[in-house]
Amino acid sequence: MSTQATASIFARAPAPGFSDPVHNAQSVFRAAMNAMAQPGTIQQLSDLALTPPAPLSVSATALVLTLCDYDTPLWLDADLAANDVVKNYIRFHTAAPFVESPAEASFALVANTKRLPAIASFAAGTSEYPDRSTTIILMVEDLKTGQGVTLQGPGIKTEKQFSVSPTPPVFWQQMQDNSRLFPLGVDVIFASDHQLAGIPRSSQISGLEA
Amino acid sequence: MTNLIEAQDISGEHYNFAYLDEQTKRMIRRAILKGIAIPGYQVPFAAREMPMPYGWGTGGVQVTAAVIGKDDCLKMIDQGSDDTTNAVALRNFFVETTGVGTTTKTKDASIIQTRHRIPEETLTKDQVLVYQVPIPEPLRFLEPRETETRKMHALEEYGLMHVKLYEDIAKFGHIATAYAYPVMVQGRYVMDPSPTPKFDNPKMDQMEALQLFGAGREKRIYAIPPHTNVVSLDFEDHPFEVTKFEQPCAICGAENVYLDEVILDNDGNRMFVCSDSDFCEDRRAAGHVGLLGTNPLDADKTTEEAE
Ligand SMILES: [Zn+2]
Repeated sequence: MSTQATASIFARAPAPGFSDPVHNAQSVFRAAMNAMAQPGTIQQLSDLALTPPAPLSVSATALVLTLCDYDTPLWLDADLAANDVVKNYIRFHTAAPFVESPAEASFALVANTKRLPAIASFAAGTSEYPDRSTTIILMVEDLKTGQGVTLQGPGIKTEKQFSVSPTPPVFWQQMQDNSRLFPLGVDVIFASDHQLAGIPRSSQISGLEA
Repeated sequence: MTNLIEAQDISGEHYNFAYLDEQTKRMIRRAILKGIAIPGYQVPFAAREMPMPYGWGTGGVQVTAAVIGKDDCLKMIDQGSDDTTNAVALRNFFVETTGVGTTTKTKDASIIQTRHRIPEETLTKDQVLVYQVPIPEPLRFLEPRETETRKMHALEEYGLMHVKLYEDIAKFGHIATAYAYPVMVQGRYVMDPSPTPKFDNPKMDQMEALQLFGAGREKRIYAIPPHTNVVSLDFEDHPFEVTKFEQPCAICGAENVYLDEVILDNDGNRMFVCSDSDFCEDRRAAGHVGLLGTNPLDADKTTEEAE
């Protein structure tokens, strides 16, 4: 085999996943669990030597590697779905089947919030199985600026202020509609560079007019 | 139990961290996240065979195994005690498969796995309480068919449950259910708090710690996030009443705690002592003394050791 051929094979091989798969996945899960159990709080991820292909962030990739496998149909936003390097990386590390329809997704990975379809287009579960719903992993720039909302409900003692940027203009209105579906609905995990925050369907959202 | 584990050669060297394979952990972790998002709803999961019989708390063990990390400190209790055969065996299981630190001190634990009791000491937001659940479905004794109970939960059809509780009142003058007393979670799902005594029900309400429930045989996981409303079912004319004990703990003098009856001798002498042994020890260490002054069982132990 020529040097050139070898190089091209390596060029196509996906970047590595977790350096310590067992303990990395455990620590990322704990951050995700705390994010869901304490909506709107910021959960810091420990140092992960992850080098996912652009535009995937470390935190969103860590969530996918921790939670997805061949049992979890995964929906990608239009930019990601058109990106073969990203798809190869996720396929190689998780074996999750990609689905075209948001309503069939266990997980949705959204790198560009402008590409987020209507939240109601994802699976909200059924009245007998509300758990058969989509968890949206939304890549964001930061968890401190942007439109602020007030969260109330399980996991929150009184109320919690939450800001995230960027979000599409209709996002919070749609999230309010989503929480009215409770116990049905989607759950959202926001992933900035090395931080996570969650808003499960059980959170009531107010303060939009501000 | 310890022998059983040794016979199957469970050790960190031969098994994955916390025994379960990563695929199983992912599946359980996904169920936990769904359970947290839908407080009180029973999430089905594909429970695995564990190296211990079902009655030993395989559901709780699988939940703990999916949550635990190498920096955790684990406390394992059964009937409020860290020293029963069950608690010791399960604690050893995690020590052997994870190498994590363990404690009997409630306040030092990051994960507490329990059968029957909630510690007397108030839990904090950095703690996780994992319950071993034998029968997760509160409607099971009213309706044996899973397809039907699922519909009842979907439609919030909880009338039968109230009828059953009211029959108790008609028969006994009060609601006789003392364990696994049903609760309403955040105004939506009726939930079985596992075999905990109803004395502990009020502790579940607005608890700061995350509560996770695992039922191995029935393959269900459910959760109560921190600061969630948990209300014991009752009636306006017959409000929920917490079990009251007539005397304080005989050896530490604690009041308003859950007491176990301990038979002292063949003449029928007995005493009532804290079921939460860590709580009782802390109080005695702090100088609190009950009516009996010292623990008569300690005296027995000393005698035995002397012999
Ligand atoms: Zn005591």
